Amino acid sequence: MTEANLSMEHGAGVMEERPFAIPSKKLVMWLFIISDACTFGAMLFAYGYVRNAAPDWPHHFETASIINVAIMTFILVTSSLTMLIGTRAAHAGDKAGAIRFTFITVALGLVFAALHLREWASMIHEGATLFQNPWGAPLFGASFFGITGLHLAHVISGAIALTVVALGYKRGRYNADDIEIWSLYWHFVDLVWMFVVPMVYLLNVAQ
Amino acid sequence: MSAEGSLKTDLTVYVGILVLAGVQIFMAYHSPGVVRMLVIAAIQAFLAVMFFMHLRDEKSTLKLALIPATLFVLVMMNMVWADSFRLIQFRAFPK
Repeated sequence: MTEANLSMEHGAGVMEERPFAIPSKKLVMWLFIISDACTFGAMLFAYGYVRNAAPDWPHHFETASIINVAIMTFILVTSSLTMLIGTRAAHAGDKAGAIRFTFITVALGLVFAALHLREWASMIHEGATLFQNPWGAPLFGASFFGITGLHLAHVISGAIALTVVALGYKRGRYNADDIEIWSLYWHFVDLVWMFVVPMVYLLNVAQ
Repeated sequence: MSAEGSLKTDLTVYVGILVLAGVQIFMAYHSPGVVRMLVIAAIQAFLAVMFFMHLRDEKSTLKLALIPATLFVLVMMNMVWADSFRLIQFRAFPK
């Protein structure tokens, strides 16, 4: 392509082919996801650092907590499946199905958030705060609430975003690509939970 | 989203991820170990990225743009462990 073409033409026909063959919005979402992966990675590494360096790290999580975490995991992974079905429906032109499964995903996300907040309330009731806890190393509270809080914020913001996109899709403002792009975000939230569970909960089971 | 894959594939991956989560919980009570736990989490994450997020259907240029850079950053974060082990033994930096 000549410089003249680049400066004079603005039509897509003369533009260079997209190197990744995906819409720009999808590329932006992927870039956001890898930057967010590094954010969560940094938090989990920091968590590992303080846990490893603390001789009295609490092994606080009883079987009831682990059952709760198992249920939360089941709900979040299932919400990824419903999001996949919704995305497939959107690409197949089944607008009602896409909206229905996107809202099922949102509902599952909200159930997950409710279970998480219930667990938080229980721990706070037992005396755990950001700065202290009755079981051992004070940083336990800061790291636990920091990591799970950041993840919970992602779940809640994802539920809000999916609601907005589904409503926009219903009105014709957004299309199937938008549903798919936000499904990437939702699957990422699911993916992060797969690392949070073993690091924060399963390695600190009360034996 | 490409036409590749099917609901059957999605369900298989979904069940696989849940089974791996179950294995992690079993391990937590019988043979907890951070490396084993994280290897299983990495397998779950790989399945989620490749099948749920459909990265396997994208062009290899996208995979090459995303995966090595992310892994590089995450691998470089492993530099913290030496200091973390030093702290637990309360040894000062060598002079």
